[in-house]
Amino acid sequence: MKRHLISAADLSRADALLILDTAEELASLADRPIKKLPTLRGRTVVNLFYEDSTRTRISFEAAAKRLSADVINFSAKGSSVAKGESLKDTALTLEAMGADAVVIRHGASGAAHRLAGWVRGSVLNAGDGTHEHPTQALLDAFTIRRRLKGSGTPGTSSTSGARGAGLDGLRVTIVGDVLHSRVARSNVLLLSTLGAQVTLAAPPTLLPLAVGSWPCAVSYDLDSELPKSDVVMMLRVQQERMTAAYFPSVREYSRRYGLDAARMARLPEHAIVMHPGPMNRGVEIAAEVADSVRSTIVEQVANGVTTRMAVLYLLLGGTEFPAVAR
Amino acid sequence: MTAAGPGMDRDNTGIDRENQARWLIRGVTIPGDGELGSRATDILLGGGSIAAVGAGLAHAGARVLDADGLIALPGLVDLHTHLREPGREDAETVETGTAAAALGGYTAVHAMANTDPAADTAGVVEQVWRLGRTAGHCDVQPVGAVTVGLAGARLAELGTMADSAARVRVFSDDGRCVSDPLLMRRALEYVKAFDGVIAQHAQDPRLTEGAQLNEGEMSARLGLAGWPAVAEEAIIARDCLLAAHVGSALHVCHVSTAGSAEIIRWAKSKGWSVTAEVTPHHLLLTDEIAAGYDPVFKVNPPLRTEADVAELRRALADGTIDCVATDHAPHPVEAKETEWAEAAFGMTGLETALRVVHRAMVDTGLLDWAGVADRMSVRPARIGRLTGQGAPLAVGGPANLTLYDPAAPAEAVTRAGASKSRNTPFAGMELPGRVVATFLRGVPTVLDGKLA
Repeated sequence: MKRHLISAADLSRADALLILDTAEELASLADRPIKKLPTLRGRTVVNLFYEDSTRTRISFEAAAKRLSADVINFSAKGSSVAKGESLKDTALTLEAMGADAVVIRHGASGAAHRLAGWVRGSVLNAGDGTHEHPTQALLDAFTIRRRLKGSGTPGTSSTSGARGAGLDGLRVTIVGDVLHSRVARSNVLLLSTLGAQVTLAAPPTLLPLAVGSWPCAVSYDLDSELPKSDVVMMLRVQQERMTAAYFPSVREYSRRYGLDAARMARLPEHAIVMHPGPMNRGVEIAAEVADSVRSTIVEQVANGVTTRMAVLYLLLGGTEFPAVAR
Repeated sequence: MTAAGPGMDRDNTGIDRENQARWLIRGVTIPGDGELGSRATDILLGGGSIAAVGAGLAHAGARVLDADGLIALPGLVDLHTHLREPGREDAETVETGTAAAALGGYTAVHAMANTDPAADTAGVVEQVWRLGRTAGHCDVQPVGAVTVGLAGARLAELGTMADSAARVRVFSDDGRCVSDPLLMRRALEYVKAFDGVIAQHAQDPRLTEGAQLNEGEMSARLGLAGWPAVAEEAIIARDCLLAAHVGSALHVCHVSTAGSAEIIRWAKSKGWSVTAEVTPHHLLLTDEIAAGYDPVFKVNPPLRTEADVAELRRALADGTIDCVATDHAPHPVEAKETEWAEAAFGMTGLETALRVVHRAMVDTGLLDWAGVADRMSVRPARIGRLTGQGAPLAVGGPANLTLYDPAAPAEAVTRAGASKSRNTPFAGMELPGRVVATFLRGVPTVLDGKLA
């Protein structure tokens, strides 16, 4: 594995499988009364968050702490420029504090990439602008594999049957604002690396013009994709898109691309519904869908901690598997 | 002060020419049509003009420059330079910017109007003009703003700037587009009274809100807001039609797309008075280079695709695009050592322009050196309405010339130079050739590649 995790494109199939398999090992920890491993004792992980993201920050924090790392939360609200200190100066400060890894969430695409040029430690991209969010894709892949490739059932940890498996043959439909979505970019790259067939379903205004060069199919018609989908991943519609002529109205968006109960009924029996959160209930996803048994939304959150532990472990701890009791 | 030679209407340097040393340039090649012009010859400079051209010249007391293997080009003229003074002297001054220009082989630059305060009054353009005279490294011809404060709302006093000591003929809101079609029409119409030209920064503001990088595969992959080619092309098409309608002269700044070249070719075929420039960076670099998010490659208009670069080169070769203009845009380090979206747009270019053109146009066989002289000196001087610049190297002409060694081995470009800023996109790239000397009205501004 490389020293940083900035883009899902950095991961080969073998890298991705190593992370998912390591996450499987670590998942068993969650069922034990003491959820902590000594693996990263004495190592420092900095959470550098320029955007509000309680969910992702807490997930990384929990992951680092369960591996016994020291965690420093550096919350810089607003842009670095608004705050008066440049990203580079902040990077040099972290460097001086001896950060072994910096987890960065930033509103500018490429911020993680830039940071990696300025610090010696590992950089983990926790979302950069409209570019990528690779750990979200990893936790999504982990969730999909557990649900659809493993022998286990949700809520149990006996999913060893999934170990080593990719997502070959699975059909994943990602729905919504692909143009501005870092989750979509990372998922298209990672899921296709793992063998899944990805289709993007969105109004043309919310797809990049050059989407034809991506390793996925494209459809403007969600209804025709649903019966052939094993996974439907709904993307959040940001408030600021709603008034910028990307679509005529929120109602029309919901009507054409929202996942309600009627649409969910068109899915195959085994298909699952995912959402990276936070949801706009009633816009891209109906409450009854979000709360249904097909929904993996809560599982995704739990799997996020496990997957991020695996990434931190592999980037900082070495390549050997941790000694987790099986 | 006296006029320095025929055709000179102004002497920007203020140097006493009567007591100047004469220079004899030996064994130089003047590129030109036909065998004669391509043969090695001698050039004698005196009194600010070219006193003699021919083999075996001798002149007692003249300083001799051995120019064996060098070519002589008429001093280069840049239609598009940001000297940043007044207002951003931390990035560049007239002194440092013109020094960079001389080192790049330039004898005249057009100073863009987006200073602080903007060059939208006679007072500011005269100030810039005078700073150029004091610096003396090359002529500085101020460009006047089209609208007050470059705000795009009402016309600046174009006629007053034209009548000022700076004798402004080129007007531009560069950095911003005169997007209001009515205002653009009026500006084009108004400058007819004094043979002016409107140099348009063609960028539809609505189509480029928040735009960061050419809209295409790279912008999609990198998650940077796309900058569509049509945002440039639509404005150019509109402006060509407006220029034709009112019978005025349009100059299109930094053409960056294949489609723009096609529209300009069409406008020229109609006989309309439309000229255009392309930057060295748009002739050599593509948006692929942004993959590492290094904002040194962030520029307005953005770097485009391989296909655009190929078409721009073709258009420059066939004359559709009239000239190369640097759009030299210096920025302090902190404006570039940042996230891509936060970084300033722009690249320096004066010191590398000729070498880039050598690589992109001459090495590829698209232009010969006579063509380079035309595209980097003769035509930009004509578009800028400069009388003492861009003249062919002939007896009686102004002694503005650049001696260039086309055989100098390719060397990596360094960041350090005469410019105050270091934001060159070519750092580390190996480029051929070397500017050996630059003469401004017979006085060397550069000798042996260093400021004289």
